[in-house]
Amino acid sequence: MEPSLVTSIGKIQLERPVMLASGILGISLDVFNRLYRSGAGAVVSKSLSTEPWDGYPNPTIFSVNGGGWINAVGLSNPGAPNFAKMIESNKDVPIIVSLVGSIPEDFEMMVKQFKNCKVIAYELNLSCPHVAKVGLEVGDDPELVKKIVSAVKNSTHVPVIAKVGLGTTHYLNTVNAAIDSGIDAITAINTIRAMAIDVETQRPILSNKFGGLSGTPIKPIALRCVYEISSKYNVPIIGCGGISTWEDAVEFILAGSSAIQLGSAIGDNWIHVFNDINQGIFQYMKRKGYSKIDEMVGLAKKS
Amino acid sequence: MQRNHNHTKICIVEKVIDETPTVRTLIFSDDVMSAVLPGQFAMVWIPGVNELPMSVMISQESGKAAFTVRRHGPASTGLFNVRVGQQIGVRGPYGNSFDLKQGKLLLVGGGTGLVPMMRLLTFVKPDDDVTVLIGAKSKNEVFFEDLANNLLKNNPHHVIVTTDDGTYGEKGFVTNMVEKLVSENHFDGVYTCGPEIMMYKTVQLAHSKGLFVQASLERMMKCGVGICGSCCVGEDLVCRDGTVFDGDHLLLNKEFGHFHRNKAGILENY
Repeated sequence: MEPSLVTSIGKIQLERPVMLASGILGISLDVFNRLYRSGAGAVVSKSLSTEPWDGYPNPTIFSVNGGGWINAVGLSNPGAPNFAKMIESNKDVPIIVSLVGSIPEDFEMMVKQFKNCKVIAYELNLSCPHVAKVGLEVGDDPELVKKIVSAVKNSTHVPVIAKVGLGTTHYLNTVNAAIDSGIDAITAINTIRAMAIDVETQRPILSNKFGGLSGTPIKPIALRCVYEISSKYNVPIIGCGGISTWEDAVEFILAGSSAIQLGSAIGDNWIHVFNDINQGIFQYMKRKGYSKIDEMVGLAKKS
Repeated sequence: MQRNHNHTKICIVEKVIDETPTVRTLIFSDDVMSAVLPGQFAMVWIPGVNELPMSVMISQESGKAAFTVRRHGPASTGLFNVRVGQQIGVRGPYGNSFDLKQGKLLLVGGGTGLVPMMRLLTFVKPDDDVTVLIGAKSKNEVFFEDLANNLLKNNPHHVIVTTDDGTYGEKGFVTNMVEKLVSENHFDGVYTCGPEIMMYKTVQLAHSKGLFVQASLERMMKCGVGICGSCCVGEDLVCRDGTVFDGDHLLLNKEFGHFHRNKAGILENY
């Protein structure tokens, strides 16, 4: 029997396990359609706020010598109401809506905007490392995480995912708080706070000085986090962080994730990367004799 | 070791030329930027100010390149105000380039959209018959007319300037002249860069006559490498799929000629 790339992240079912991570290319439904046609199993929107945000002035991205990117785009987004209007006509694309806010009411207001939209899940951004009062500052406060997750769970029947990252509170405490409040899945991890300085002009390059490191340098760290979460908790996991090849994707599946997200790899290899990774996973399954993704999830923990 | 095009190279501005009261050309030395293709762009960092996408202007001296900038928003004004001896950071080149046909060619440029047109002129073959249309609002905004004539001195050529107010050259919109020329002549290739409405009309006019036409688009950009999504036009990313698009492709795009996105990613009318 031919292997199937269908995967389930708890109640969320995807045709293919490779998704577009939040923050990447996520502002136009036309682009979403193109990414879906290119092999993405789902696309996660840019993190939406209650109002439109311009983000930071350029430079907002820096290419690290040796691999990876540091970005401080600053969560620029059209705001949840505008974005919801744009995706109302969506019929085909599995869209996961990423939300960012400071208090439970922000999230409740935003979820309401999407009542007429085809949305397969919400992803709560509890981990953006470069904007004050939201993201990681929320994720670092497990009590606030509980309130936000409970509020969103009470506002919708659509599955809710928490995206966690490495802040000042141990990220497993954030995971624990989210699970206690009924979260449906965890995405791990976000970018890691970082910076770059230009030696000729002797100043930080990013306008915000600090940004988030993504891409191949963070892959081993993200992999370790997925392994830790899956070892400690019985919660569906989406692996994210530096995945650029099918081998990376399989590593994350073996560590315990049911699906993966990528972003930086698009900057390096453009959108062919979705199909390349899907094909690589398929060939691997064929060679190893697996018929379903589910059979491989967390296998590395057995040895 | 070959330079990674995503890494910012610090260059020193060696010369500044005032083209008009609001447009300046900044010249610097860089082998990579001197050899880019017409339509390609660089991300230009003005330390402490901003970073913006710029088409790379030619220099008459080998190993040198330039940026021709109109003072407009904070980033372009920051670049406009850079003086001789100051440092700028340059990464790229990014994007594709024009598909240059041979024979009778029409180039239509407005404002700093003339930059890739001038670079395109350095690639024409000696027996190409080239017409360059330069559109400007008024006489004091006309630039690169002499340069275009000079670059084409060994070719059969016409350089035609139009001004909206008739203070120089032919009076009227440059697209009126496009309409006249494509009605009276066959062109093997039509190339345009400048204000989007000008490009939209040029593409429509050329396409309606069955001519091969390409336009180099401009959008607000943050990353330049296909990650941030700021520069999307419909399903196309200007940084990665462009900047140059075929006219028949563009005319199927609902946003071309009508909308661009602001910093928050919201569509705004032209």
